[in-house]
Amino acid sequence: MNPSPPAMAKSEILFTVNGDEKTVLAHPMERLLDVLRNGLKLTGTKEGCGEGECGSCSVLLDGMLVNSCLVPVAQASGANIVTIEGMSAHALMAPLQEAFLECGGAQCGICTPGMILAAVHLLDKNPQPAIADIREGLAGNLCRCTGYMQIFEAVAKAARRRVAA
Amino acid sequence: MAVHHIVGASVPRKEGWDKVTGAARYVDDVTLPDILYGATVRSNVPRGKIKSISFAPTVNWNEFILVTAKDIPGKNCIALILDDQPCLASETVNHSEEPILLLAHADPHKLRKAVEAVSIEYEPLPPVYTMEESEQQSTIIWGTDNTFKSYLVEKGDVDAVWKEAAHIVEGEYFTGAQEQLYIENNGVIAAYDTENGVTVWGSLQCPYYVHKALMALCGLPENKVRVVQMETGGAFGGKEEYPSMIAAHAALLAMKSGKPVKIIYDRMEDMVATTKRHPSRTRHRTAVTKDGRILGGEIEFTIDGGAYATLSSVVLSRGTIHAGGPYYWPSVRIRTKAVATNAPPHGAFRGFGAPQSLFAMERQMDRIAQVVGVSPVEIRRRNFLRPGQTTTTQQVIREQIDLHHLLDRALKLSDYAAKKKRFTQENKSSARKKGIGIAAFLHGAGFTGSGERYLNSLVGVEADAKGHVRVLVSSAEFGQGTNTVLCQIAAEALGLPYEGVAIAQPDTTVVPNSGPTVASRTAMIVGKLVQSAAKGIWQTLTKSGLPAGDYTPEEFRAACGKYIAVHGMLKSYSRYEAPGDVFWDDEKYRGEAYAAFAWAVYVAEVTVDLTAYTVTVDDFVAMQEVGKVLNPVLAAGQITGGVAQGIGFALYEKVVWQNGRMLNNQMTNYIMPTSVDLPPIRVFFEELGNVHGAHGAKGIGELPMDGPAPAILNAVEDAIGVRFCSIPLLPEDLFEALRVHSPEQAVSSPVRGTA
Amino acid sequence: MRADPAEYRLVSPGSLYAVLSLMAGEPAQWLPIAGGTDVMVLYSAGKLPNRKLVNIWNIPELRQIQVFPDSIRIGAACTYTALRSHEIISREFPLLATVASWTGGIANQNRGTLGGNIANASPAADSLPSLLVYDAELTLISVRGERRVDYRNFHTGYKQTVLAADELIRDISLPRRFSGYLSHARKAGARNAQAISKVCLAALGQLANGAIREVRLALGSVAPVPLRLAKTERLLAGKHIEPSLVETVKKSVPQEISPIDDIRSTARYRAAVAGNLVAEFLEMLASERTNA
Repeated sequence: MNPSPPAMAKSEILFTVNGDEKTVLAHPMERLLDVLRNGLKLTGTKEGCGEGECGSCSVLLDGMLVNSCLVPVAQASGANIVTIEGMSAHALMAPLQEAFLECGGAQCGICTPGMILAAVHLLDKNPQPAIADIREGLAGNLCRCTGYMQIFEAVAKAARRRVAA
Repeated sequence: MAVHHIVGASVPRKEGWDKVTGAARYVDDVTLPDILYGATVRSNVPRGKIKSISFAPTVNWNEFILVTAKDIPGKNCIALILDDQPCLASETVNHSEEPILLLAHADPHKLRKAVEAVSIEYEPLPPVYTMEESEQQSTIIWGTDNTFKSYLVEKGDVDAVWKEAAHIVEGEYFTGAQEQLYIENNGVIAAYDTENGVTVWGSLQCPYYVHKALMALCGLPENKVRVVQMETGGAFGGKEEYPSMIAAHAALLAMKSGKPVKIIYDRMEDMVATTKRHPSRTRHRTAVTKDGRILGGEIEFTIDGGAYATLSSVVLSRGTIHAGGPYYWPSVRIRTKAVATNAPPHGAFRGFGAPQSLFAMERQMDRIAQVVGVSPVEIRRRNFLRPGQTTTTQQVIREQIDLHHLLDRALKLSDYAAKKKRFTQENKSSARKKGIGIAAFLHGAGFTGSGERYLNSLVGVEADAKGHVRVLVSSAEFGQGTNTVLCQIAAEALGLPYEGVAIAQPDTTVVPNSGPTVASRTAMIVGKLVQSAAKGIWQTLTKSGLPAGDYTPEEFRAACGKYIAVHGMLKSYSRYEAPGDVFWDDEKYRGEAYAAFAWAVYVAEVTVDLTAYTVTVDDFVAMQEVGKVLNPVLAAGQITGGVAQGIGFALYEKVVWQNGRMLNNQMTNYIMPTSVDLPPIRVFFEELGNVHGAHGAKGIGELPMDGPAPAILNAVEDAIGVRFCSIPLLPEDLFEALRVHSPEQAVSSPVRGTA
Repeated sequence: MRADPAEYRLVSPGSLYAVLSLMAGEPAQWLPIAGGTDVMVLYSAGKLPNRKLVNIWNIPELRQIQVFPDSIRIGAACTYTALRSHEIISREFPLLATVASWTGGIANQNRGTLGGNIANASPAADSLPSLLVYDAELTLISVRGERRVDYRNFHTGYKQTVLAADELIRDISLPRRFSGYLSHARKAGARNAQAISKVCLAALGQLANGAIREVRLALGSVAPVPLRLAKTERLLAGKHIEPSLVETVKKSVPQEISPIDDIRSTARYRAAVAGNLVAEFLEMLASERTNA
């Protein structure tokens, strides 16, 4: 029986998640997605494809929308990460959640955390997006249930409410 | 009780808050102490005899739980209809990716390496990859003739019509496999102990299907198998029968190890190993009069079932019954069959045979229009079913459906006439050709014929001492709105606020068997039973102090408290009763196929870009009559989602086969539409009501799958005059057709088969 | 996830010099990883052969965009988002801004880098044809110093480049002399977003006295490397754009390229569409309808 090669050591990685400082012990090439879900029990971020195509693993990393299945945790060292669980503090969350519920933007719900993060990212940069901007902003988030129409409506509605408020 | 209007209102999704906060718990979000991970060792040949299995010495196999067919306590099969599909192959394999053995370990990385360290040698057997090869029967791979099932529907005297016909129109149409592509992959957790038996938590549509399968597999009685549905991230039929297989695997590993076992597929495994929509071939031969009225015809419909029977007979049934579309056939002969090939078994996918045969019918109608020399609109007007007429199975249309009115509305909403005129003009001088096409269709709700009687669904509603009401059904929520709609119905039946009604998580130890969550039956059939079970609660309480007329929620609560103090619990059950007028002959395949049909006319506007040979859908009108719309926002969402899948079916979603195995089993290569690929999808409803459903509801979940593909291909033909008869229609197909023929002559030959 | 993270090393030396020293000490052993949008996909599928990776995401020199009077230097680890939002790039190098917007969704644009796209050397990469028409020059760096390579000489074969085992791409330099050109980029993919290209065209053109003064045409996904269509460019120089020229081009383009059949598309389709895309560009040039 051949001995398996020695496993690489884990190292301590520090970052902020949803406002809290966290230290995790992880292999540097562990996917940020897995560290969030399994290490930190933040299961709101989902795995739909593992190839950066579906966007259900979207999180905000230093304010940028990224697919956490494609980020090695070592590259998140020192970063400020926000997941769906941490979004409740964001000013856009209440209007988005309300709008999603009113418009039917969530059906099975599996794409919803990523979709909401993408919507927040879009509206933060573009508070009054045209429909084409909404489509482009969400183009990296696949939804198999809705056909997207009601998601666009929800994002547009949330934008209008946020501006009106 | 007060008259409410909760039904018909767009109340928010019952479990919506959890979904928009990320709190909803899907299978992979939960774990149990000491859990092991399970994985499947699968065949890498399409057909063969297993000669040997060897385990590489690089792995310490003592650490692993290993399960083979020999470990199966009960019957080695996934019980469904014919019970021909093994849970684990033991001597032969009949498709690539067929499960052979199972492994479990606490470390998922060690587990994956162990799977790779198992080598299996096969003695290859000649495989069959296509419907054509299978029906030739030169190689028999299933039964005596490779045929899982066949049906013959006959009405009138077809043989007499050919000589009368002014025109005889022939056509051959093909649809490819389609992957359901729920964003949450298949997954399950199983646990076993001698006291409770097997418990399974899974992403699934039909807890009682899994329950039945596990009883047979594990050799356990009813009360020693428990199935619980977790929040499910999309299903579309892909989690109708398949979960019984993955649950069986997890259960076997749990039984052998004594520990809980989680199996979650990754995207590559889910796509390559689980069910897809049945590929189909339809041949039409239609006799029509000079002015385009159908006299009769022959329809031959064949579907590819893959390696085992699974649900093919039922998919075939629905495809058969829908093959004639919403038209009046004075006579017809419909010959259909489901045949075996050495591909992973095909299975349920929204529409379930109807999208396939309706694609053919609607393309054939446009062909008939051309031959006769009338417009696609006119040909349909001349053949639409009217109330009082009979369908191909001789079901009398009793409801006052007016397809002309639906068509008129759809044409107006899509600005059809003006656009058709404008496009004809503009196309002369543009490399981007525009076209507009229609499809008219119907979709039967509920199980066919005596199916609902056989299902014998049972529904419960209970109330506690504080007046909290809970609906008890095995009907699953997977985005389509089960939880919401059933709570709306119960709340309305009891005159309570929507917030006062909850629905139990489907757990076979808690909820009765209200049948599978399939066949667009939940709102119509289960909803009706929820209504009557809720009324049963009310009736019980009126004998126990509840005011006879209107009452307040407080009065309701008080009555519940009083009743439960005496009787201990308050539960009401309602069982399905077949409506007297639904009569079906299974032998002749004749009679009342469905208690209700939904009807629709869809209009697709496309641009065909002759630079890149792409087809883009620019606008889409979905006009349907669905009985009572129970929740407008949810109903519209079902239609837009279904239309999006239909657009994918038509233009994007190709399964690339190589030796009976899906080659493009990744999201980067299996193309579903993104947010920038879809047109505005404009949804409109007509409401006729339906005697049988709750509040007059009919089924709507599958209807939207039937119309988009033929409407789009009809539009493409309108745009460039090329007759495509096969989907998916990819740019490469368009290019090849135009390369070889001039636009007027080209008819596509499909690239098909699993070779 | 089909890889065991315990079998991989990812080190973050933190400075350009430290990264280069590591790579010099063990040539070809350390795979640089920037945004990871290519590397991590392979890794998750269990198809990444490299076990040692060096992080270049956090190297400041690789993230700068420097503007000079006659050139712009884009750090290799600049993301597509950074390219899209840079004023000079949007204004003077619109092809680059356009192709950056094609790259799979906002989340992947926030992580994918131009240098990563170049080093990965897939002939289907969207950004590479635009670098060819813009006469890009790469600065390659190692402990041995730096050298400049014309981008058109960078690719030597399918996924083969002149990058040495101890070298990194430091920046991509573009001469600021294309403002007067009409520009056009178009891609044929399986869908409108998140699609690997079947054919993609980057084109620049200038007319003088109604005739073509110069055209610059580059295609991706039609050969083992991204290609400048030198023959077609020469054929077109000095000509008036007439229907017969457009038809000629539809035939000459397929002759310069060598597309293949693969899981995404066919050689015949690619050849025809390549010709059509160039023809379409000529027509746009003739009516000056391009996105200048």
